[in-house]
Amino acid sequence: MSTSQVSGFNTQVSAPGPFGGPAGPTVRAVHDQFHGDLLEVSMGPQHPSTHGVFRMVVTLDGEQIVKLKPVFGYLHRNHEKIAENTSYLGSMPYTDRLDYLCSMSTNWAYALAVEKLDGQPVPDRAQYLRIIMAELTRLLNHSCLVGFLFNDLGTSFTPLLYAFREREKILDLFESLSGSRMMCNYQRFGGCRVDPSPEWLEAARRLAENYPRFLDEYEAMLTGNEIMLARTQGIGRLNSTHAINAGLTGPVLRASGVDYDVRKIDGYGVYPRFDFRVPLGAHGDTYDRYMMRILEMRESVKILSQAFRDLPAGPIMDPKAKLRGFRPKAGEAYGRIESPKGELGFYLISDGSPNPYRYRVRPPSLINLTLLEEMCLGHTVADAVVILGSIDIVLGEVDR
Amino acid sequence: MEMSDPAVTPAPFPAAGNITDAEREELRRHGILLTSLEELYNWGRSNSIWPLQFGLACCAIEMIAAATARFDIARFGAEIFRPSPRQADLMIVSGTVTKKMAPQVVRLWNQMPEPKYCIAMGACAISGGPFKQGYNVLKGIDRFIPVDIYIPGCPPRPEALLHGLIQLQAQIKGEKLTGPDAARHTRPEEPSEFPVPEYGAHDLEPPHNPDVWSPPAALDKP
Repeated sequence: MSTSQVSGFNTQVSAPGPFGGPAGPTVRAVHDQFHGDLLEVSMGPQHPSTHGVFRMVVTLDGEQIVKLKPVFGYLHRNHEKIAENTSYLGSMPYTDRLDYLCSMSTNWAYALAVEKLDGQPVPDRAQYLRIIMAELTRLLNHSCLVGFLFNDLGTSFTPLLYAFREREKILDLFESLSGSRMMCNYQRFGGCRVDPSPEWLEAARRLAENYPRFLDEYEAMLTGNEIMLARTQGIGRLNSTHAINAGLTGPVLRASGVDYDVRKIDGYGVYPRFDFRVPLGAHGDTYDRYMMRILEMRESVKILSQAFRDLPAGPIMDPKAKLRGFRPKAGEAYGRIESPKGELGFYLISDGSPNPYRYRVRPPSLINLTLLEEMCLGHTVADAVVILGSIDIVLGEVDR
Repeated sequence: MEMSDPAVTPAPFPAAGNITDAEREELRRHGILLTSLEELYNWGRSNSIWPLQFGLACCAIEMIAAATARFDIARFGAEIFRPSPRQADLMIVSGTVTKKMAPQVVRLWNQMPEPKYCIAMGACAISGGPFKQGYNVLKGIDRFIPVDIYIPGCPPRPEALLHGLIQLQAQIKGEKLTGPDAARHTRPEEPSEFPVPEYGAHDLEPPHNPDVWSPPAALDKP
């Protein structure tokens, strides 16, 4: 804990008062009497609301944050280095553990990069299955995120219980298909690993059909909640210029009003065949980032219903695909997808050997985290926790 | 308590353990419950284990799932996840322990009051798991702190965590408070705090705590 004297405190500035209104002279006078020391607080790595082993060193003036230094690396598991010593297929299970809430979409990003590297075609049915898995993952991730967000707001677990109820339903589907709840290891270069049965598809279709009911229930309880509005509207504002300059992607960027969705821009897979809209925020505050997730889930449900309707018959693997002893030709490739957290990319350099020469992950969580200080300055510690929750980080991806 | 003169040593008090189960059952049927303080104490402790709210990696999500409605760890009295180590009885090491994180894990363990227990949840906490070859991954948290229960899996299902918890409860119920095989926390000579490793030039220093863990004998030979 270190202290230092505040200097140059301008008493003439009419800063907004604690509840948004203009500060009266009484407030300033009291504040000046108690002017003094800055307090440095270390939050984490063991902290109930830092979403894993993340540490923030915040410098406080009273309760206001004047400086925030994120510290990470507590979960650096050498993913990239291990992948450079493993075969291409051998890295697939590791990608599950990168973003451990959304293993299916992380698998897809990696498979996409390898397919680009080798010019591997993917059959139509597999493309549709990938979209089904990716959108189910988006539902799962965003449900959990809003649950955790309300936990950070101080609701003490209850919304999380509802979110995890839905998560369990999706995990049951994943488990019956791939054999594992969280670490699905489902995508392959040139297709998918297992073909779902008609019963599975029917169950998944029913789940997607019923999902808006859960969202309605959830929103009825929480979206218009007065405390929720007071705690999130106007908090953690981020303008679009800053967000673009820092390379932010995903719902955090779109909440600031920038129309950037890799599904629309790249049109990877068969996304151009789908009719869906990209929700955009206007204020870039925590509330917009929360609404982005809810609206995206509603769009995901639309995509899912189209995917189940149009799912073609056919093989799920390209017959010429080679998994074992896979040696792509020399070259480099960057495959990217719109993961629930943002643009997730894999950059691979191949020298023709069975291992990648260089393997690099572009983690959306880490890059979205870079503007945390920007968002938190001038807010209280309790708000910083909520802002961090609204960015949606997963430490497996941040530290890799 | 030592009695030097055998003449004044009283006859052993007829403890609840000295009567047969059939006799005890007969008494219970008449509304008389016989038990020992030790049994009562262990019964109470084993049914209110408060874990430390401390997630490291993927397994932490399954730990949270175990606390939610479907698996409901509250059925076993362990739903009160404490954010402070001072209030916790159980540390669930849920996920990969890296060399940067290991000192914090040991420090948290030191801050927990006795009696305390440790569950190593998942392959990473047991041995480093899939990331064992990584340069920054600790090859098992049992190198620094004593682990009571190991739960394999990557990640283990929430049911597996519940099973591990039941095993821990069974262990607590069998603990003795006195005598030569008394539980670890009742013996004053047993350490309650362990040296916190430091991140040195190349590795953690020391790389393991020799009081808790030593390399397998086969590896000692040149």
